[in-house]
Amino acid sequence: MLSVSLGHDFGGFGLDVQFQAPPGVTVLFGRSGSGKTSIVNAVAGLLAPDRGRIALGDWVLLDTAQAIRLRPHKRRLGYIFQEGRLFPHLSVRQNLAYGAWFAPRSAPRVDQGRIVEMLGIGPLLDRRPGALSGGEKQRVAIGRALLSAPKLILADEPLAALDEARKAEILPYLERLRDEVNIPILYVSHSASEVARLASSVVAIAAGRVVAQGPAEQVLGDPAILPAGAREAGALITARVVRHHDDGLSELEANGIALFLPQLAHTPGTQLRLRIAAHDVILSRNRPEGLSALNILPGLVQDIRAGTGPGAIVAIDTAAGRVLARVTRRSATALGLAPGVGVHAIVKSVSVAPADVGGTAGN
Amino acid sequence: MTDWLGPAEWQAVALSLRVSLWATLCSLPFGIFVAYALARWSFPGKQIINGLVHLPLILPPVVTGYLLLLSFGTRGPIGSFLADWGIVFAFRWSGAALAAAIMAFPLMVRAIRLSIEAVDPKLEQAAATLGAAPAWVFLTVTLPMALPGIVAGTILAFAKAMGEFGATITFVSNIPGETRTIPSAIYAFLQVPGGEGAATRLVIVAVVLAMAALVVSEWLARRVARRVGGA
Repeated sequence: MLSVSLGHDFGGFGLDVQFQAPPGVTVLFGRSGSGKTSIVNAVAGLLAPDRGRIALGDWVLLDTAQAIRLRPHKRRLGYIFQEGRLFPHLSVRQNLAYGAWFAPRSAPRVDQGRIVEMLGIGPLLDRRPGALSGGEKQRVAIGRALLSAPKLILADEPLAALDEARKAEILPYLERLRDEVNIPILYVSHSASEVARLASSVVAIAAGRVVAQGPAEQVLGDPAILPAGAREAGALITARVVRHHDDGLSELEANGIALFLPQLAHTPGTQLRLRIAAHDVILSRNRPEGLSALNILPGLVQDIRAGTGPGAIVAIDTAAGRVLARVTRRSATALGLAPGVGVHAIVKSVSVAPADVGGTAGN
Repeated sequence: MTDWLGPAEWQAVALSLRVSLWATLCSLPFGIFVAYALARWSFPGKQIINGLVHLPLILPPVVTGYLLLLSFGTRGPIGSFLADWGIVFAFRWSGAALAAAIMAFPLMVRAIRLSIEAVDPKLEQAAATLGAAPAWVFLTVTLPMALPGIVAGTILAFAKAMGEFGATITFVSNIPGETRTIPSAIYAFLQVPGGEGAATRLVIVAVVLAMAALVVSEWLARRVARRVGGA
């Protein structure tokens, strides 16, 4: 368990956060400029905060009250940077060996062969970073961080510099990392779909403050938080694959509600986490008839949050879980939406993008 | 081949090579240190150090030579102190090496400083997070990545040392076999009637050596840059 408590004044921008990161992926989630990277740099020792305490279990990395501040090279962490930061003068093999070389003798041995295999970087070992694609670089960077036998992994938007195809290439490796490596991972992101796919727990950051922390479903489903803004809003629900139909659809079940998605590769019985973007949900007071949409979730309005613009975010509690819908305030009024009112959330099946479908975190 | 240059001319060429080699090799560690300090650290008096390092570049060489004579001469404060330890620079070839090293130092530091500044500090941070202590970061990341500039600075300094004249002749005079390097020898030959032949031959040697240094430096820099630059 990583516990972080930090205060730092950047002059015009103040950082003041407290949170805990259990084993699994804890995503620091918020917009650009909210202070996420500063937090990770403080944990890494690359930023010296004015005040604070950072401890991994009972191992204290920083305690300004006791004048403890470990130098970065003593902190035993694997930092995966946004730009990879591979050493250009070393081969991939030497880059991977770099962290292992400096790991203390007492550190648990990391099986290099297994990591290389897990990341699929075997064919790249003798190449130089300059000859790698963006996605390959990032996989090597992940491997390099792992091979230093870290007690904590930090990842600062490791996918932000990549295009969608490369992101899709890396995400499965990060998921395997989460599921196979039993150390806390602190992961910075401003992408709701990455959070949906990776997060065990979420710490929502806005303007240098923690606005919410907890399990991903709970934080993302709270219309009062929306750390990435209303446009990125979306709720998570957990569903189980039931069967694959001949017409190319997969049937899933979420607490008694059937959902249909374009053919998934997962075997029946697999638990999946689905992200339903708020802008892909339409609301209807009555059970809609003659509609092409396949996924209709009845539920009760739990909360309505009007934004500064014409839109509002409506939170609906359904049997399958919390769903968010983005509607105009005019529609909300016309439908007479209010807490406790029954509605049907119509989810366009195509709206559940493949990148937003992933295994459930941690459990 | 050997009879193409007379013994006195050979002596000057060999001495020049020895003086320049020692001047370059001995000043290289200091050059790297000063360049690193100027590139990466901020400390009070940094501009003064920077100015002092560059002073030989802008001062008349005679002035630098005279200041060396005043401080490193047998009766100078540093010279008399070192003489107690058996180290004498005045009117010795080692003095010529010292003068050449000081005159070449700004060029060396400039080239190395630029190449160290070009090393992305983010890579040094990455090395630190991987467990490398600062000295290891320097040895495994900063130094190898700055190598092209270090090579260029070293060869530039060597070429400058080969051509050093004003400070050398002022500090250690023009003693055949001891301090008469190629430039001093050319000057001496031109002072005596009939010396033009020897002077011309030494001029040719100087031009060839300078060209060779340039070609080798270009070749080395390209080679190293390819190794460091990836691909």
